[in-house]
Amino acid sequence: MMPKLSRRALLPLAVLCFPVAAAAQESTLDTGDNAFMLICSALVLLMTGPGLALFYGGLVRKKNILTTMMQSFAMMALMTVIWAIYGYSLAFAPGNDFIGGFDYLFMNGVGQEPQEGSTISHYTFMVFQLMFAIITPALITGAFAERMKFSGMLLFMTLWVTVVYFPLAHMVWGGGFMGGDGILPCLDFAGGTVVHASSGVSALVVAIYLGKRNGFPREAMKPHNLPLAFIGACLLWVGWFGFNAGSELAADGLAAAAFVNTHFAAAAAVIGWLVVEWMRDGKPSILGGITGAVAGLVAITPASGFVGPMDSLIIGFIAGAFCYYTVAVVKAKLGYDDSLDAFGVHGVGGTLGAILTGVFARESVAGATGLLEGNSQQFINNTLGVLFTWVFAAIATIIILKVVDAIVGLRVEPSAEEGGLDIAEHGEEAYQL
Amino acid sequence: MKRIEAIIQPFKLDDVRDALKGIGVDGMTIYDVRGHGRQKGHKEVYRGQEYEVDLLPKVKLEIVVADGRVEETVKAVVDAARTGKIGDGKVFVYPVDQAIRIRNNDADDSAL
Repeated sequence: MMPKLSRRALLPLAVLCFPVAAAAQESTLDTGDNAFMLICSALVLLMTGPGLALFYGGLVRKKNILTTMMQSFAMMALMTVIWAIYGYSLAFAPGNDFIGGFDYLFMNGVGQEPQEGSTISHYTFMVFQLMFAIITPALITGAFAERMKFSGMLLFMTLWVTVVYFPLAHMVWGGGFMGGDGILPCLDFAGGTVVHASSGVSALVVAIYLGKRNGFPREAMKPHNLPLAFIGACLLWVGWFGFNAGSELAADGLAAAAFVNTHFAAAAAVIGWLVVEWMRDGKPSILGGITGAVAGLVAITPASGFVGPMDSLIIGFIAGAFCYYTVAVVKAKLGYDDSLDAFGVHGVGGTLGAILTGVFARESVAGATGLLEGNSQQFINNTLGVLFTWVFAAIATIIILKVVDAIVGLRVEPSAEEGGLDIAEHGEEAYQL
Repeated sequence: MKRIEAIIQPFKLDDVRDALKGIGVDGMTIYDVRGHGRQKGHKEVYRGQEYEVDLLPKVKLEIVVADGRVEETVKAVVDAARTGKIGDGKVFVYPVDQAIRIRNNDADDSAL
């Protein structure tokens, strides 16, 4: 503290006395931006723990809640270490169109000072992005809930982030071909494609590969603790302000716009889902409401820094209604067991959001235009980008599943599934009431 | 001695206990159970997926009384538990061979 104080006190004095000498290297770090971004980083981590852990945990059966929470928690631990060693580098170090290089291996080159053109500490940027790398694989756990081996999951996730997430993050945000300077520039403000479409599609592949839970859909597998799921969903909603507004990487007007867009979309999506549910099922449920909110938040993620507030209401409403349809109608018809609707909400919501970003992007917001303002190229780009992500994520996931299945195995024994994974995989019972 | 087993609506428990207290029957064992007779269940919907729930929450009371008190005890329970609707429950009576008070070895009727 002391050296900094005296340096800060001396600098203005030095400028006054020796105007020429004050040409010492000045930091571009803006304390407002940096503080804001550190808080946003914390908010995004909160989305995983306990947000997603509680949201998913409350939705599974009592015998599997600890397992479900452990999966999210394990991501907080494992992904951090992987990111620190090589993940950040592969995602954000200078590289080629598809993957980053090794400049930042073991946090080499990552320091307190901002990077070129940035107002936040490099550490801040790195750790903010880390929280995204944590939650993205955690989202997938929703598809294989209640039947996946812990060891298999750890190996799967390690391979998945390495082969799918780091490259995708690089392709869209780290200087790859889907970034602003690439050959297929896509607008993805906070990760509709990178985070949600990718994890959602991968989730579907895993759900189909693993097969349905024993007894599905004949047996009732109702959420065992909706109050926990509700708490988790609210934490996700609030945490999402860090996710979207923070993706501006600065505490400026666009961050505020993204914050507002996020909130508006969530609210409209609640209504969108509940309206359809009320009409079709007769009663509006809280499970429907919170799922609708998440669908809206997912859909606005890519659009949050490119569209206007009224657009957000529309995007949210559409996402709420459309994701309801995917979850309640399409899933039932097609018969796959995506236990917690990782595909139905994140995969579909993210894809919808990516496409709608290409529709609603407004010049007045961040300079990018969409279909409504006459620019069809962006709409095409965004659609192609998410299509590429679908194919890329799906193929990579299938290969990884086969590898992991051969080495460690993926699905638990039927007796373990019957008695519950909390006991079988972790030797614990959640409720000793 | 007889064991009187009564399966009643959970919201009727307080009324039944008051009625039993009123006739001087103090000891009882209470269980939270689920079940149904002819009563229909209800429908629950989770994200579009429908579930028929026909295992309904009930309360089971067990009371052991001397033979001479069976009739008035059963009447007290039935009158207090009745609402007149399907789902009110049932009462069963079983014979009891022995009863022992653990504290002091009182047996049979004097243990009740």
